[in-house]
Amino acid sequence: MHEMALCEGIVGIVEEEAGKRAFTKVNVVCLEIGALSHVAPEALKFCFEAVAARTIAQGARLEIVETPGTAWCMACSKTVEIGQRYEPCPSCGGYQLQVTGGEEMRVRELEVD
Amino acid sequence: MCTVCGCSEGKASIEHAHEHHHDHGDDHEHGGHHHHHGQRHDHGHHHHHGGVHDHAPDEAGLLDCGANPAGQKIAGMSSDRIIQVERDILGKNDRLAADNRARFAADGVLAFNLVSSPGAGKTSLLVRAVSDLKASFAIGVIEGDQQTSNDAERIRATGVPAIQVNTGKGCHLDAAMVGEAYDRLPWLNGGILFIENVGNLVCPAAFDLGEACKIVVFSTTEGEDKPLKYPDMFAASSLMLINKIDLAPVLDFDLAKTIEYARRVNPGIEVLTVSARTGEGLPAFYAWIRKRMAATTPAAMTAAE
Repeated sequence: MHEMALCEGIVGIVEEEAGKRAFTKVNVVCLEIGALSHVAPEALKFCFEAVAARTIAQGARLEIVETPGTAWCMACSKTVEIGQRYEPCPSCGGYQLQVTGGEEMRVRELEVD
Repeated sequence: MCTVCGCSEGKASIEHAHEHHHDHGDDHEHGGHHHHHGQRHDHGHHHHHGGVHDHAPDEAGLLDCGANPAGQKIAGMSSDRIIQVERDILGKNDRLAADNRARFAADGVLAFNLVSSPGAGKTSLLVRAVSDLKASFAIGVIEGDQQTSNDAERIRATGVPAIQVNTGKGCHLDAAMVGEAYDRLPWLNGGILFIENVGNLVCPAAFDLGEACKIVVFSTTEGEDKPLKYPDMFAASSLMLINKIDLAPVLDFDLAKTIEYARRVNPGIEVLTVSARTGEGLPAFYAWIRKRMAATTPAAMTAAE
């Protein structure tokens, strides 16, 4: 259940930002989660409420922007979009793919009072 | 936060020394924290994978929790202040992992992070490997499990130092735990550190520990399509050790298919077949380790010869 640890990371970032930027309430935490990253958005949302309780992030809404998975196809010599790691290249059907994007797990922005 | 284990909720405990059995409170420097293996949690039991979905199964019998593009930006203006953050969620772990990596490099230590399902044979493989390699290299082992120090005891029985990390409710080792455990090992000057992660093919994939590479141990009893079922871990690993190869004949195990599936997920993954029980294939694994060692720390290799 590493979503718990990820939520602790999110709350830690929010608390650090609160220290630097002087806000007292967070309304929205906007995340960027890659399609090939190590997290299920639903599980993250479920955990966040529990982890954020009694912190400055309590009550904040988690908003998740999912970014597509991209890979470099060695056979086609071009970047292609993939939904999962084991998917073949949509152009040539091969598996000679190196993932180039979609692994992000980032806090993009905060909406605060 | 506990400054010894780096845990935020007392979720992990690291063996403080192997001669005594956690008599917390005698001469520890961490002021009043009691690492009682994570019983006092109020969050560990919300393991509610996929219970609150609003999307319908799109294939008969398949509820694909990973496919839902959850959440979208809400249109319209808000009077709230927007703060651009742009920080990695695992940034803290990644910084600590970078610290570990720098320490391993300074000590000339080659660190491997062994990952697998529970029961794939990581510990048996390690017991055999450290016994065979200990004459050539200084070796230390960090053992991760939810509970018990059974695995570390098995390693210590070979004469190789081992530190057990109990993750409590945690499902993976993180860089802070490994850094603290490494402090408790003897100096491994120019040697090898084996980190045996918690048996789990999902979560440990995301957490860099500062290792040179991950080695995924897969056993012939697990089914050829495991690399497709748990692609993140096979994508994150440099080497796949196919263990229990001695059982392959009675299992109708399809080696070629397993390798094909692993390379769909990770075209660059190296593959070796081994048996921790019979020793089959282990010399090739040791040769692989020596090659990695020669590539990273030529001085240590010369010293060992």
